[in-house]
Amino acid sequence: MVARLPRRSRGPLAIGALAVVTTVVLAGVVLVLGGYDPGRAAGAMWRGAAGSPSAFFSVTLVRAVPLVLTGLAVAIAFRSGIWNIGAEGQLYAGAIAGAWVGLNVGGLPAVLAVPAVLGASAVGGALWALLPAVMRIRLGVGEVITTILMNFVGLHLASYVVRGPLQEARGVFPQTDSIAEAARLGVMVPGTRLHWGFALAVLLAAGAAFVHGRTRMGFRMHAVGASPGAARVAGRIDTGRVWTGAFLSSGAIAGVAGGVEVAGVTFALYEGLSPGWGYTAIAVALLAGLSPVGVLATGTLFGALEGGASAMQREAGVPSAWVGVVQALAILSVIALDRLRRRDEGGLLSRASGGGATPGAPPGPAASMAPPRSPPEPPARGATGG
Amino acid sequence: MRLGIPLALAAMGEAVAERSGVINIGVEGSIIAGALGGALGSIWFGVAGPGVVAGALAGASVALVFAAFAIGLGTDQIITGTAVTLGGLGITAAIYQARFGATGTALTLPTLDAGRIPVLSEIPWVGSALFAQAPTAYLAYVLAPALWYFLFRTEWGLELRAAGEDPDAAAAAGVRVRWARFWATILGGALAGVAGAHLALAHAGTFAENMSAGRGFIAIAVVVLGRWNPLLVLLAALLFGAASALQFLLQAIGWDLPYQLFLALPYLLTLAALAGWVGRAHAPASLALPWPKEEFRG
Repeated sequence: MVARLPRRSRGPLAIGALAVVTTVVLAGVVLVLGGYDPGRAAGAMWRGAAGSPSAFFSVTLVRAVPLVLTGLAVAIAFRSGIWNIGAEGQLYAGAIAGAWVGLNVGGLPAVLAVPAVLGASAVGGALWALLPAVMRIRLGVGEVITTILMNFVGLHLASYVVRGPLQEARGVFPQTDSIAEAARLGVMVPGTRLHWGFALAVLLAAGAAFVHGRTRMGFRMHAVGASPGAARVAGRIDTGRVWTGAFLSSGAIAGVAGGVEVAGVTFALYEGLSPGWGYTAIAVALLAGLSPVGVLATGTLFGALEGGASAMQREAGVPSAWVGVVQALAILSVIALDRLRRRDEGGLLSRASGGGATPGAPPGPAASMAPPRSPPEPPARGATGG
Repeated sequence: MRLGIPLALAAMGEAVAERSGVINIGVEGSIIAGALGGALGSIWFGVAGPGVVAGALAGASVALVFAAFAIGLGTDQIITGTAVTLGGLGITAAIYQARFGATGTALTLPTLDAGRIPVLSEIPWVGSALFAQAPTAYLAYVLAPALWYFLFRTEWGLELRAAGEDPDAAAAAGVRVRWARFWATILGGALAGVAGAHLALAHAGTFAENMSAGRGFIAIAVVVLGRWNPLLVLLAALLFGAASALQFLLQAIGWDLPYQLFLALPYLLTLAALAGWVGRAHAPASLALPWPKEEFRG
């Protein structure tokens, strides 16, 4: 039998929905202040992102794939109390490993070549998360700064690889040759550019939702994220193992995001492969209330935003860079609403969000967007039980 | 060395903020705002000087947004900082595109001229690298000891550090913790803004979208490397800058060693410093912890 936490996850989801509304309103206000016509901008964005099947499948969903995958990576880590800001570097590590394998599996059939590429990218991403994980768990060094540092190391490594060992045979541009045909992801919806990476993203989201909601491991991750001390003492959970597992699987999924992009879209490794998906992923995960299924929705939403942005610029004259502002507004709305709800426990906002908090009870960290930051653990603290 | 100056300015500001218990990942947003503020200010006044002031104000306003959420509402600092960086990069690019067009020719700005310090700039090797620089560089040299004195030798500095180490005890002793954190954050944002203005006015002579290029995150690493001490932070930033500059030198002399790996070296060094392999670096004990804790809100 698997123990389950009290059902409180609707709270964050409702906050996410409320935050979307707030963001849309604020974005409209900002556009008006900037002297633009928000109606025209929204219309253009809609046409660019979902106005036609090709816009929806080839633009929005294709852009959503890396956002959903990195968003999942961030959500898994944050849930367990791991502040993985390093999805960007892990994505690059995964892309490098995937491209390297993809260049060398020409002789294999696709049923073997594609899993080899994606498997390699998962390993690459997990390896990139390993050092921050070890530093956090063994040495008590906070992972925020270490994962940020690893992002830059990853960027420079990719920049080196495409100019050095993996540079195209012509040796002109900083990019690799195209990966083997067999290693490429096929088209999922005929007539569009949507590749099977989307199906993989949906599958991984469903898998993560299952692990979180129905398995012992998911329960442990949730408990450790909510309160490491209580999980260790009362739950006899080996927090170090849970953290390691969460950190490495987070890195692996971010790595797969890089591998999927190489195998499904670019077919080669470039220096600027990611326009910062690893950072946008934080917004995607938070807006989803750290729920894997929610990430599917918010990742698609952000894919639509980025896909529609160029149409918005073309048709309504609104600079595409406004999308960054909208994303920032989305994060700020979520965290502000979350804070206000917890301050006002039992009041208007918490009732609106459907949270079952009893007034006077300490705010349940399980329902919070941000797992409480526990101070880094001292390196060795005796037996951890379990 | 020129590459080190904006890093030094931003990192010293971040060091003060972190000493008060605030890790502001939005410093990248302050830098890019400072660059745009510097560009617009210098165009408005026709000379570069007021642009630096405009840059400082722009950087401080971005920090104000961060402070309103992270210190005012007590939201998580890491998440708030990420949002502020995304928003700062977005809004500066949008304003720039709206004002100067998305594909216009590069903007030419009035530049901050280098001032040569008579005797010091004659020192062989480091003289002209350190002492024939834009005025903002000298600001960095003066600020390092000034901030050190402020943090470690004045009562305000003690209160600020107390807010970052043990805010409960500090509050019990009469320190206005959130007030201290607020001003430390704003100062950090203003210095990051000056760093951005330096990039636009002394370094590039133009503004470009995303021209901060991750320097805000590097500054956060430099703070660790400099062990939260303004003097060491200045030194670490100049070393970081020198390492980046060396790549051009290596390319110029046709050395084949992969310079990207060389570029990654400072990050690896910082990781080593964090792990305690290059002397133990201790972060302020309450860094990134919102205060007051929610339990006390009742």
